Amino acid sequence: MRLRYYVLRRVLLFIPVLIGLSIVTFVISHIVPGDPVGLAAGPGSTPDQIEALRRQFGMDQPLPIQYLRYMANLLHGDLGASIMSRHTVTGDLRVFFPNTLELVIVSMVIAVCIGIPLGVVSAVWRDRWPDQLSRVFALGSISVPSFWLAIVLQILLAMSLHLLPVGGIYDARATQPVTHTGFLLIDTLIDGDPHAFLVTVEHLILPAVTLALGPIAFIMRILRADVLETLNSDWVKMLRANGVPERVILFKYVLKHSLIATVSVIGFIIGYSLGGSVVIETVFDWPGVGLYAVNSALALDFQPVMGVTLMIGLIFLVVNLLTDLTYGVLDPRIRFG
Amino acid sequence: MADTSPIIQAPPGGFLRRWQEEHASRIEESRRAAYRFVQNRLSLLGLIFIALLVVVAITGRWWVPAPQDATGAIHASDRFIAPGLSHLFGTDELGRDIFSRVVLATQTALLSGVIILLVAIGIGVTLGSVAGYFGGWIDEVLMRLTDMMLAIPGIFLALAITAALGPGIIHAIMALSVTWWPGYARLVEGQVKAAREQDYVEACRAIGARPGRIIFSHIIPNLISSVIVKASMDFGFAILSLAALGFIGVGAQPPTPEWGEMISFGRQYLPQYWWYSTFPGLAMFIAVFGFNMLGDGLRDVFDPKSRL
Repeated sequence: MRLRYYVLRRVLLFIPVLIGLSIVTFVISHIVPGDPVGLAAGPGSTPDQIEALRRQFGMDQPLPIQYLRYMANLLHGDLGASIMSRHTVTGDLRVFFPNTLELVIVSMVIAVCIGIPLGVVSAVWRDRWPDQLSRVFALGSISVPSFWLAIVLQILLAMSLHLLPVGGIYDARATQPVTHTGFLLIDTLIDGDPHAFLVTVEHLILPAVTLALGPIAFIMRILRADVLETLNSDWVKMLRANGVPERVILFKYVLKHSLIATVSVIGFIIGYSLGGSVVIETVFDWPGVGLYAVNSALALDFQPVMGVTLMIGLIFLVVNLLTDLTYGVLDPRIRFG
Repeated sequence: MADTSPIIQAPPGGFLRRWQEEHASRIEESRRAAYRFVQNRLSLLGLIFIALLVVVAITGRWWVPAPQDATGAIHASDRFIAPGLSHLFGTDELGRDIFSRVVLATQTALLSGVIILLVAIGIGVTLGSVAGYFGGWIDEVLMRLTDMMLAIPGIFLALAITAALGPGIIHAIMALSVTWWPGYARLVEGQVKAAREQDYVEACRAIGARPGRIIFSHIIPNLISSVIVKASMDFGFAILSLAALGFIGVGAQPPTPEWGEMISFGRQYLPQYWWYSTFPGLAMFIAVFGFNMLGDGLRDVFDPKSRL
């Protein structure tokens, strides 16, 4: 019962945050010194044509009216239309968002698979060479500019050695598989097409690995600190005193306990990865929301930028709520109220 | 009213001596912190790195081979010379010396990083401490605003702001400052809330100090170390974010030397002229690595909990 109220309160709090976010992005995108409509209409267009286009997008109205109209449409799930492509933003997001999500999820799986062992190794061999090595690696991976590393990997692995594709989500020369879910990995599996699946995986490797570097470091650091703390705790001392083998202590008790700490940073990591996807998608020409936002922003096409911002904000809020809930399930000491 | 002599006599000795005695505990604390800092090899290394970087940033323009290449010079006959003795890092599509531009970009990066963080800390610490000190609806409103800003990755907002204002390094710095403060507001708010209940703050209130004075002269000096630790850990990330905006095309514009923008331009000439993108990124990596080493060390020094 209390849990239900907790969730309800948190969900209700989404509303003011999202309204605020929409006002901020709206104000930003409408105090534009440039003329997006003139830009969209093209160089040869007459003032009349530009004016007509302006009216078509409701941009001749005063700002508060435009905002209210935007919000009214938003309630129907309508995020407006791009003035460049004339596509609806909702439709565009439906195409691009699964691609970003696929990239972020795969990179998180990589981060967890590498970050957790590194963190444990670092804690168990504390201050000895495995620890020093993983700490330097972690420090390096949050220091390296991801877009630069992406380019270096492109030069080495794709352009010179031809081991992996340079960019894109699928082989540009082949026809892309039919989409059922929008997630190419799942779609190719549904179709039972191992070749297409492998091509998809090939295209995912470089972007996902570069995107995973920062999260690897975060997971490794938090796990190291947490495992160290747990190893020093009284209850572990008691296990040791009772003669429980060190290996059992580590894998059966300590690790299980420390994974909670990892869950607590997942929300942060998703935010970090979504932010990172902006540059990674640009480098790898990955048709996701990051690239969509960049291209729209460069064209002063603000409806898509607002749509992306609002959607990312909503996802972030939901992920944080889910993280807090999972945290509560894993750690019974936490009570919601 | 006539007697204005202080109740407590000033200790004997000169000004310095008196200052030392008045601040004995704080001096002792800093001495211990300095000791711990020096013990931490990684952070010491980071500090040396950064000292070098600052020297390079300040003096670079006097010793780089081609300082004019950062201000719009073009050498059409020297296009794309491979790295070698004449041009350490090679030249770009306009024949400019990449080494000179990489070195001069250090200044751009450090200066921008300092401005971004100073503005962010100014806004964040002020809003955070006001919210934490007064509580109630002020706290609620300010913290909801903070949550809202924290709800989306800053790069999306910064992208929108720079695109709206028009590309350029000043706008990129403004956009990042505006998206960076919420972290500091969050950090400070909790600490001020806790400090408000402590005896020293109550003592201040009892002798009639105004809120502004209590916050800025008494509470903030006590939590500034955590702000410094966060700032030192953020600095590298600020440099990376600015470069990311430059890379996307909404940050620094040519001929301003900036690492992200150079990488972005060099990308068009891959893989043949690999040096164009490679060296600016390497320089940025080293700089950010130095700051992160220092930040790690400072956290170990100031945050005993992480020192297990």
